[in-house]
Amino acid sequence: MTKVFVNGVAQTFDGDADTPLLWWLRDELGLTGTKFGCGEALCGACTVLMDGTAVRACQTLVTAADGLRVTTIEGLAPNGDHPLQKAWLELGVPQCGFCQAGQILQAASLLKDLPHPTDADIDAAMSGNICRCGTYPRIHAAIKQVANAGAKA
Amino acid sequence: MNRPLTTPDAIENVSRRGLLLGLGGGLILAVGLNGAALAEDAPEKFGADGDDNGWRDDPRLFIAIDETGAVTLTNHRQEMGQGIKTSLALVMTEELEADFARVKVIQADGDEPRYGNQDTDGSRSMRHVFLPLRRAGAAARTMLEQAAAARWKAPVAQVKAQNHAVVHTPTGRSLTYGELAKAAAALPVPPRETLKLKPASAFRYIGKDAVTGVDRADIVTGKAVYGGDMRPEGLVYAVVARPPVAGGTVASFDAAETLKVPGVLKVVPIDPPKEGPPFQPQGGLAVVAKSTWAAIKGRRALKVTWNDGANAAYDSDAFRKTLEASARQPGKVIHDGGDIEKALAGAAKHVTAEYYLPHLTHVSMETPTATVRARPGGGWEAWAPVQAPQVTREVVAFALGDKAENITVHVTLLGGGFGRKSKPDYVVEAAVVSKAMGGAPVKLTWTREDDIQHDYYHTVSLERLEAGLDAKGKVVAWRHRTCAPTIGSTFGPDPKHEADDELGMGAVSLPFDIPVIRVENPEAESHTRIGWFRSVSNIPHAYAIQSFVCELAAAAGRDPKDFLLELIGPARKINPRSLDDTFNYGESPALYPMDTGRLRAVIERAAKEIGWGRTLPKGRGLGVAGHYSFITYTACAMEVEVASDGTVQVIRSDLVVDCGPVVNPDRVRAQAEGSVIMGMSLALTGQISFKNGRAQQGNFDSFPVLRIDGAPKEIHTHLIGGDFDGPLGGVGEPCVPPVAPALVNAIYAATGKRVRDLPIGATLKS
Repeated sequence: MTKVFVNGVAQTFDGDADTPLLWWLRDELGLTGTKFGCGEALCGACTVLMDGTAVRACQTLVTAADGLRVTTIEGLAPNGDHPLQKAWLELGVPQCGFCQAGQILQAASLLKDLPHPTDADIDAAMSGNICRCGTYPRIHAAIKQVANAGAKA
Repeated sequence: MNRPLTTPDAIENVSRRGLLLGLGGGLILAVGLNGAALAEDAPEKFGADGDDNGWRDDPRLFIAIDETGAVTLTNHRQEMGQGIKTSLALVMTEELEADFARVKVIQADGDEPRYGNQDTDGSRSMRHVFLPLRRAGAAARTMLEQAAAARWKAPVAQVKAQNHAVVHTPTGRSLTYGELAKAAAALPVPPRETLKLKPASAFRYIGKDAVTGVDRADIVTGKAVYGGDMRPEGLVYAVVARPPVAGGTVASFDAAETLKVPGVLKVVPIDPPKEGPPFQPQGGLAVVAKSTWAAIKGRRALKVTWNDGANAAYDSDAFRKTLEASARQPGKVIHDGGDIEKALAGAAKHVTAEYYLPHLTHVSMETPTATVRARPGGGWEAWAPVQAPQVTREVVAFALGDKAENITVHVTLLGGGFGRKSKPDYVVEAAVVSKAMGGAPVKLTWTREDDIQHDYYHTVSLERLEAGLDAKGKVVAWRHRTCAPTIGSTFGPDPKHEADDELGMGAVSLPFDIPVIRVENPEAESHTRIGWFRSVSNIPHAYAIQSFVCELAAAAGRDPKDFLLELIGPARKINPRSLDDTFNYGESPALYPMDTGRLRAVIERAAKEIGWGRTLPKGRGLGVAGHYSFITYTACAMEVEVASDGTVQVIRSDLVVDCGPVVNPDRVRAQAEGSVIMGMSLALTGQISFKNGRAQQGNFDSFPVLRIDGAPKEIHTHLIGGDFDGPLGGVGEPCVPPVAPALVNAIYAATGKRVRDLPIGATLKS
């Protein structure tokens, strides 16, 4: 029996040991904010936080999350008002929006490790997350906006 | 893109005005009429009038107001990132004189007999329904004003709607929309010729950046619902094993190991396409399970032998040689502007170049997916991310042996479309599987490999251009042979020639001032499923033409921007028909001529913005390209740096858009930004190749797209704007075509190396 704290709630899993975290979150727990994009950790659409650090849920087994905290987009901030979410709204980042949960969680992981990232830091941290609509310039700007606001605080 | 006119079983509404005005009377239905028969009897129709099922402007279809004053607007076009759901809502809100903060937008089901055309493609939603939806808003506003006037027993001339209320001007009394809603709803809809639209000077929403996208808050919190996010009671999950070669079939299979996988419920055969409408599934075997993961594992365990069929030998390297051989011979003449042989023979200098662009795949971040179940009480119900919901109903109905009116299609948000989701084969698969499961709800998911290996691909093309220049370097002869498998091959027997709409995407619609122009279209066969990809044939045509102009400038020893402007010539309006362009994006050649003044202006602006002519460090260069497509004029200027190892980095991009009047400026800028990224992707790395009929790419490792580290840090968009009395242009597609040629022209300026084959890939690294 695997026990995972998903968005602060203890959840148990006793399915097949090879089950990726992605499909458990989506099909069993109904947390559909986490998206399937490639299944091979190549696009970042399924990014979630595991103890605060970004992982690809399509290539992370549920059993690997045993005893850990998993945060999906639904659980990033109680009222959806995380500084990154607010910046995403203000700058009009999303187009189709499908990849944006993964982008935001990846950015949250980046800012946890590097509160004041350089342009190169942002590129390095975010280059695993594909956006086919091409919202990269605004993603970059939104992360900088949050980092700069943090610097002033 | 326009739906084919000859879809079997289609019901063409040939009296759209009758339906609009009659609301029950005067509607004439003609079953199975084809385009030719219609064209003989009916005058030529343009714009929204020419769309299947036309347009509607009845406010009761789109606008509801309850007694609290809450406004609910119905969006009948599909949202895939272009922002149409927000943009159409703000158009209606504007004329309704409502407060956008009190507006909720809901998504219409697919139902064209009710809403008019709902196909969301061809960069035409706003262009086609801007005026009808303004009228809908104005009609509702008028009804509210009439209700208030009646309440006050005052003349209507004394009342005025403003900001969600109606004011009695002489006394200042006011009634809220909530207070008036019931009485207004009981009034007849005013005739459209009596409606007064707001002057542009009074706009609060149209043309302003005044609102936030309607789904944006849900998107950033994970609440937004996409194609795979519905979870009806009793849901089962499916993936499909499809023939690896287009046109192939299942020869035999063994499901024993699959059925041993825990969670797998059943293996369901899906028939190959039958004679009937396009966009039927390719056939294969669906694995149905209690979870997506179990279905994926079950499919891995499936043993299938395939018949590869007629396309078993498709090999892109060999096919390129076939295209080259075809393009080096005379082809079907599309435009004959004079004696080309004589003009070429008399020229002082000749330049010939061939440009090759491979197949592309869409890879929207959301792979094709749909959920379908039997509807309680009969019929079927789908939740699906589709660009063409009415087409979806028709093809699902055909596959299930039912009628389109018994198929409900709830359209979710699309996680990207780019033309892929105009073809609903994936919804039909889910429907067929649901039927085999006794009507149980089935969520069918395409893996990324399914998506990349079973797409309706952007066509491969070979563009051969020849020009003659006189002693002064002026172009006196131009011959373009465009050679590419046609999308028409998806609709029936392969025509082997590009259709009018494909040729009208830049090949014949050539706004150049050259004495003799000839456009030919040699034969090309299709060996896979070909389909619309954002910007469609504009991609190869603009790439080849705008690259070739830069090559000609070099041959003439001229500045490429000046040379391009000279080739376009003076500002004038060209009737597309005079160029044998019968397409013109379905728009009237009188209302929408090609305006070379506007094309010149976007090119000049792009050059100015990037600082054309400035001195650059070694390894850097500037390039420019301009193009007319989807009734919009665009130009891209780029600054690139090519490192000594051949790595290309775009330092800056300036994209100029003249789409006429701009309804939602921020979303137009967003489309332009995204188009630069997509244009760079296709130029730098985009390629689908085939061996033994099989696509050789499978995921983002083998079909790479641009990532954030490759995106320009300086990305600028410039909107020209226009008078709201003038016609609107498209936005979603026309920014893509100039990007790739601007990029290779800049590479040439930086290195002296001319890239003709796409993708650029590693070609500069040798």
